[in-house]
Amino acid sequence: MTFDRRDFLVSAAAAALTATTNDKAFAATPATVTLPMENGTRPLVAFPQKRPLLMLSPRPPLLETPFSVFDEGVLTPNDAFYVRWHLSGIPTTVDGDAHRIIVHGKVKRPLSLSVADLRTAFKPVEIVAVNQCSGNSRGLFSPRVPGGQWDNGAMGNARWTGVRLTDVLARAGLEEGVRQVRFHGLEHPALSTTPPFVKALPLDDIFDKGDVMIAYEMNGAPLPLLNGYPVRLVVPGWFATYWTKMLSDIEVIDTVDDNFWMKTAYRIPETPGNTVTRTQTGYKTVPINKMSVRSFVTNVQDGGTLRASARTIRGIAFDGGSGIKSVQLSTDGGATWRNAALGADYGRYSFRRWEAPFAGRPGRTYTLACRATANSGETQTTVPVWNPGGYLRNVIETYTVSVS
Amino acid sequence: MKNVISNLALLGIAVLMLGATKSGTVSITPPAVNVPFKPGAGMEVVNANCQTCHSAAYIYTQPALTRAQWTAEVTKMKVAYGAPIADGDVNTIVDYLVAQNGKP
Repeated sequence: MTFDRRDFLVSAAAAALTATTNDKAFAATPATVTLPMENGTRPLVAFPQKRPLLMLSPRPPLLETPFSVFDEGVLTPNDAFYVRWHLSGIPTTVDGDAHRIIVHGKVKRPLSLSVADLRTAFKPVEIVAVNQCSGNSRGLFSPRVPGGQWDNGAMGNARWTGVRLTDVLARAGLEEGVRQVRFHGLEHPALSTTPPFVKALPLDDIFDKGDVMIAYEMNGAPLPLLNGYPVRLVVPGWFATYWTKMLSDIEVIDTVDDNFWMKTAYRIPETPGNTVTRTQTGYKTVPINKMSVRSFVTNVQDGGTLRASARTIRGIAFDGGSGIKSVQLSTDGGATWRNAALGADYGRYSFRRWEAPFAGRPGRTYTLACRATANSGETQTTVPVWNPGGYLRNVIETYTVSVS
Repeated sequence: MKNVISNLALLGIAVLMLGATKSGTVSITPPAVNVPFKPGAGMEVVNANCQTCHSAAYIYTQPALTRAQWTAEVTKMKVAYGAPIADGDVNTIVDYLVAQNGKP
């Protein structure tokens, strides 16, 4: 069975209501959430192994994490982790014991590995890393661009357990002249004319990073099916488009992959700051890669109200793998800034929690802003990036907050 | 004694590995939720061409797009994603999308 077109039509809102009222913990949750963008109303729908999430599309499933989840802890729970598939052919039954990952192409010893092989024949590694959709925050672009209209919740941070890709490649043995490794999972298109979702990584990046892994656990548990059970690629520091779900095929090639998903889709301008103007043409593009530094407030939303007794503003920050050096908070719209205290360090690929004292006076309104600086020296600016794909938003976020 | 301990240790590892190697079958039933296309001129053509691959949520969650933008989207579906849209149906689909979620 796959995510086929179903004749049983139910309004999304009605389904959301059922989904939320079936669970007492969410009985008070509204059936819809309205995001700060045109056509931004999203039903909250509980998919299997998931709590109610903001449904952008039922088929293929695109589910966004409610932003309040990021205030609950540094790790994003598996049942709250966002979901994004490209093609409607997604297996809804996966036999984790029968599943194989084949390693082939320009290798000396082709492999066919089971999950048990990964668990027993390789050294396990564990990395906490942010998985962020390339299009996260696309809905906040101005002017707007077509594509998946996410708010800021198409991301999550998890503890991934698995094996290093470099160990697997070493077992297979690379031939001379290898340039890229490409990845494919069990996701398949409804039409034979649609390009299969194949992604490729340059070999140099795989070995330079050394941390690319094949993960069989997420936060100490099997991956939810919708997050790629039984194994997915984990590319710490890089956008999620490379984190192939239900990974089944690893092919080593001596060319540069030129399939649609590499050559046409998921490309960013090779311009300063990866930004262009609305009418600019003729610039070079490159495949999207490393994530930009970002930070968010998590204990109050824009337009929200904070109790004076809270006395704290807290949030998260992350970058593309150098780690967070500092986070600053402004409570006067960016006129003055002070350093926030950083929370426990879960590694350079993880969310880093931060908090700062805040003496908000009841009845007043404040404009909060947070700005992270990475160990690489990269920081956030007040001018949003713009590009036609809606990628790489990392502007300094501001929050108008009332204190009660 | 030393041998017994190492044998026990080996046994323990084997059991742990046995426990750890079990993956099992995971099966899900997606919720019976669909976001249908709304009535309008050309809806039958849109239903026949678009829902093979995605729900109508892909249209209704977009910001209102211009005719040129919707035309580019339909062309992308046909050319890049291989949707078997007949040439004569492209305008019908674009007209429908502009009527549903368009702007000047």
